[in-house]
Amino acid sequence: MTGRMRIVGYCCSYGGYSSADLAGVLRIGYSPDVMIIRIPCAGRIDVIHILKTFRDGADAVFVAGCLEKNCNFEYGNIEARKRVEHAKRLLGEIGIEKERVEMFNVASNQGWRFPEIVREMVSRVEGLGPNPLRKVVK
Amino acid sequence: MIIADQKPMREICKNVEGHRKILVAGCRSCAAICLAGGEKEVGILAESLRLYSDLNGRDWEVSETTVERQCEKEWVREMRPNVEGRDVVISIACGVGAQVMQDLYPDTRIVPGLNTSNMGAPEEQGIFLEKCGGCGDCVLHLTGGICPIARCAKSLMNGPCGGSQNGKCEVNPDTPCAWDQIHQSLKRLGRLDLMEQVIPPKNWIPSRSGGPRKIVRPEAVLTPEEKIAKEGID
Repeated sequence: MTGRMRIVGYCCSYGGYSSADLAGVLRIGYSPDVMIIRIPCAGRIDVIHILKTFRDGADAVFVAGCLEKNCNFEYGNIEARKRVEHAKRLLGEIGIEKERVEMFNVASNQGWRFPEIVREMVSRVEGLGPNPLRKVVK
Repeated sequence: MIIADQKPMREICKNVEGHRKILVAGCRSCAAICLAGGEKEVGILAESLRLYSDLNGRDWEVSETTVERQCEKEWVREMRPNVEGRDVVISIACGVGAQVMQDLYPDTRIVPGLNTSNMGAPEEQGIFLEKCGGCGDCVLHLTGGICPIARCAKSLMNGPCGGSQNGKCEVNPDTPCAWDQIHQSLKRLGRLDLMEQVIPPKNWIPSRSGGPRKIVRPEAVLTPEEKIAKEGID
């Protein structure tokens, strides 16, 4: 695809965000097209946030929470996974590829993992093209 | 409570085609408890419709509202400012709520956003099970508090059929046999003698056989004077 991508990553303070932070400390580069939104826990994310993010023009959305069984709030990451799955179902019904949204689990000491997640989402957007909403002539 | 499930997006979108100003109306009672039509679900459905509209160039204008109970006129009347000027309302309450809406707003098209399923209860979070068949002639006192009408696939009244295997129903291995459950319940209660009591052919007249069932409580019905004084209805 031409032009810059818009990938939004909802990252929990303890897992996803800390991993991104550590990636920076370790000087591991990743695409500048990702916009990180820090959330207190992956369990804060809801289907409506994901839908609104797509409507605002995101090409892809991911949620990065703690490793399973390691959530700071017990099961926020499990809740987040269920909501991401729900969002996938809805997007599929609406006509937006469900591969554009994904849930990842990452630990705060895995600095290498966050750039890997971003690479995965960038590769998906390269394959799928921009958010179909951007192609609609209003 | 009434259990319902949301219709597929495709069906909802098809039902509102040709309209532009859409209101999604939820209900904070049963539909909210069964996670099908509360405030949260209203938000999700409205946002999904906006996405669909943007994607397909429909120019839909989608607004949202939720009332305490869509099956009571008092609450539905309060929705007037939200309903006025809308081409169509998607009611994500049960079928009762959708009909009360249509009754109060006869000039606005009301389309259902849910498929109303049954009268039941949450088994656990996210799992809802039918409990009552609404037959109008309750026999729970004879069956250990378990309804054979709703919970037996054949609605048998005098013990299980031959398809009851290891406490499960032959219709679905995940479904417990209602008569096995009744037996267990009566055993716990020390009332197995009730198993021997033959229940005669059931009176189905109070059930679904003569159009809409109406219950009148004369002591509660308002006189015309009271109606004017209490509700301002002439």
